Amino acid sequence: MNKHFFGDMGVMLGRSMRHILRSMDTIITVTVMPIAFMLLFVYVFGGAIQAGTDNYINYLLPGILLIAIASGISYTAFRLFTDVQRGILERFHSMPIARSTILWGHVLTSLVSNAISVAIIILVALVMGFRSSAGILPWLAVAGILALFTLALTWIAVIPGLTAKSVDGASAFSYPLIFLPLISSAFVPTESMPLIVRTFAENQPVTSIVEAIRALLSNQPVGNDIWVALAWCVGIMLVAYIFAMRAYKKRV
Amino acid sequence: MTDIAIQVKGLQKSYKNLHVLKEVDFEVEKGSIFALLGSNGAGKTTIVKILSTLLEPDGGTAAVNGFDILLKPDHIRQSISLTGQFAAVDEILTGRENLIMIARLRHLDNPYQVSDGLLKRFGLNDAADRRVSTYSGGMRRRLDITMSLVGKPQVIFLDEPTTGLDPKARIEVWKVIKELADRGTTVFLTTQYLEEAEHLADRIAILHEGRIIANGTLEELKKLFPPAKVEYVEKQPSLEEIFLAIIGKKGGSNNE
Repeated sequence: MNKHFFGDMGVMLGRSMRHILRSMDTIITVTVMPIAFMLLFVYVFGGAIQAGTDNYINYLLPGILLIAIASGISYTAFRLFTDVQRGILERFHSMPIARSTILWGHVLTSLVSNAISVAIIILVALVMGFRSSAGILPWLAVAGILALFTLALTWIAVIPGLTAKSVDGASAFSYPLIFLPLISSAFVPTESMPLIVRTFAENQPVTSIVEAIRALLSNQPVGNDIWVALAWCVGIMLVAYIFAMRAYKKRV
Repeated sequence: MTDIAIQVKGLQKSYKNLHVLKEVDFEVEKGSIFALLGSNGAGKTTIVKILSTLLEPDGGTAAVNGFDILLKPDHIRQSISLTGQFAAVDEILTGRENLIMIARLRHLDNPYQVSDGLLKRFGLNDAADRRVSTYSGGMRRRLDITMSLVGKPQVIFLDEPTTGLDPKARIEVWKVIKELADRGTTVFLTTQYLEEAEHLADRIAILHEGRIIANGTLEELKKLFPPAKVEYVEKQPSLEEIFLAIIGKKGGSNNE
């Protein structure tokens, strides 16, 4: 490993954290939609939804957090795209730096900024009546799953960031990711869905992640879900990482 | 051998079926300004990218500061800097933060002093703590070139440094380039403006259809053509001279 790896990483991370702090609107944009979803589902649809729990917001929150992360990662694509367009990537490449820090800087920044949005949404949820009896360890496990989920989606976001032809193209890829939670057990139990939809919903990554987080937060046994969730996150991350590095090598 | 900064032999590069560089040879002396002329798409940027280790050639060899581009790219990156076709500056950071960032990435011991010194030297002191998004095109370009000077690289690549600039900003950039060469930095410049090469370069090479078809000092290139007939014509001011006279900044100035 390059002896300047950590120093260069610090500079890269410092740079994009400044970007985030100077454009707080990106954090607000990321949190507004999930919060609106939360309000809508709790106060409008919530009364009619039979989720089998007395506190619907406890049921809903995990899915809302995943939606927030899915929309948050599109800013990684946007920031990377801007670096490519402006020639900043080329400038860095012609310098004696540890090259891997360029992408990792963006990825770690995504982790930090998504953690901020997730914290804001949890605070709003607490105000709306979300309660959890979970202790420190389950909460750490939840943080770990969310961090892995963020990493997996961020590496997906790196691909359009490097290859897109326009800004719109760079961020449009995240729309299907945002809607994936809607066809899962995030909002309603899957039992009420028609067979084909139900099969999809029960076997796509969001359901197992949502179920694992929900079980952890309500102090229920997590069962198999947590392993399926981790397998999905790690698997997506590895595949996305391979394709992202391939796109990166092409770009250089 | 030691006074050669860049040496290129038989360089080749193709993009799919497009044979951009067929057989490119040239040498650049240390401390000189070398201008590579060519029309759009002639492959000037491709040569810059190869020499600055961004792109690998398909054939031929090239060395910068005595280091082979394929064998010792890390050594080359230590001793060069690249100013690409578009001002590669971070718009959200201030001018000072941009310079400090580059100084840190070049692993200098005193990034703050280095950036202070450069800001003063290039007349960016007043704007230093403003975000770059508020800079004019000329200031952006000046910051861009200033960022390339952090850490005193021995060879500087400037890819069309004045494209898109107004005449006043162009003259400012020219002054910076001349100053660099006076301090012993080797400058490799590409341009489409013949006048720019004429004004700045010690040697000029013309890239056409994948080959260097002419290479020499301005005097040598002029000798390639039959001596000009002496004609008497009324000296008309060029539009550029008129423009500069009207805005009252003839010759350019450093304060903005």
